[in-house]
Amino acid sequence: MLDKLTNSLDFHSKALVLRADRQRLIASNIANADTPGYAARDMSFADAMRSATGGSASGSSPLAMRTSASTATGGAGHIALGAGSASGADGGDRGYVVQTQPTLDGNSVDLDRERAAFADNAVRYEATLRFINGQSKTMLAAIQGQ
Amino acid sequence: MSMFSIFGISGSAVSAQSQRLNVVASNLANVDAVAGPDGQAYKARQVVFQTVAYGNANDAGVRIDAVTENQTPGRRVHEPASPAADAEGYVTHSNVNPVEEMVNMISASRSYQNNIEVMNTAKSLLLKTLQLGQ
Repeated sequence: MLDKLTNSLDFHSKALVLRADRQRLIASNIANADTPGYAARDMSFADAMRSATGGSASGSSPLAMRTSASTATGGAGHIALGAGSASGADGGDRGYVVQTQPTLDGNSVDLDRERAAFADNAVRYEATLRFINGQSKTMLAAIQGQ
Repeated sequence: MSMFSIFGISGSAVSAQSQRLNVVASNLANVDAVAGPDGQAYKARQVVFQTVAYGNANDAGVRIDAVTENQTPGRRVHEPASPAADAEGYVTHSNVNPVEEMVNMISASRSYQNNIEVMNTAKSLLLKTLQLGQ
C-alpha cells in the first residue's frame, strides 16, 4: 500500500538524482572549455532513467513505472527499495559528445551547446522539484483529509 | 548531495582562469620592457591547463599544469643612444604581442563569467532543493 503511495515520488527522485548528475557533467565540460585535449562528455538521460528504474519502464510515464514495480515486488507488505538505486547512474552510461568544429588543441567542448544544455537541464531539474513538491502536497492533503 | 561538487569543479576553473588573467596582466605590464643588464628581455608567459579528477573520476576540474615562456626572440630596435643598447646599438624588447594578450584576456574573462554563472545556477537549484516539501 505504501509503495503505491510513494512509487511516483520514487520515480521523480531518481530523475532528480540523474538530473543532478548531468548538471555536474555539464559543469565539468564548461570548466574544461579551455583545457587542451579534453573530450566533452554527456549522458543519455532516457537510457540512464531506464536503467535506474529497472529497465522495464519504457517511457518516462509514472504509470509504466508503477505497474513494473508492483509486479517486481509482488508480496504485500514489501516495500520496493528500487531495483536500480541512484548508484546505477554512476556506471558507464556516459558518452562522448560528437565534435561540431574540430580544434587544433583537441578540445571538443562546444561552449554554446554546453551552456544551452546547462540551462535546459536546470529548468528540467526545477520541474522535477515541482513535481515532487506537488505530489507530496497532494499526498499530505489526502492523508489529512481536510 | 551530489550537486555540491559543482562548486569544486567550477571553483577550480575560476581559479585557473584568474591565474591566466594574472599571467596576461604581467605580460601586458611588461610589453615595453627592454633587456636588462644580462641581455635577457622579458619573455611572454602562458599557462597550460590540465584536467584533474575532482571527487569521483567523472568530475573533471581544471588546474594549471605549467607556466611556459614563449621562446621567440624579442624585437630588436636600433637605438644606439639608449643605455640598454648592446655593442651594435640594438635594444632587445620583450616578445609580448599585445594583440594576442588582449584576445587571451577576453577569452579568460568570458570563461570566468561562464563558470560563475554555472555556480550561481547550481546554488539556486540547491536552495530550491532545500525548500522541498515546504
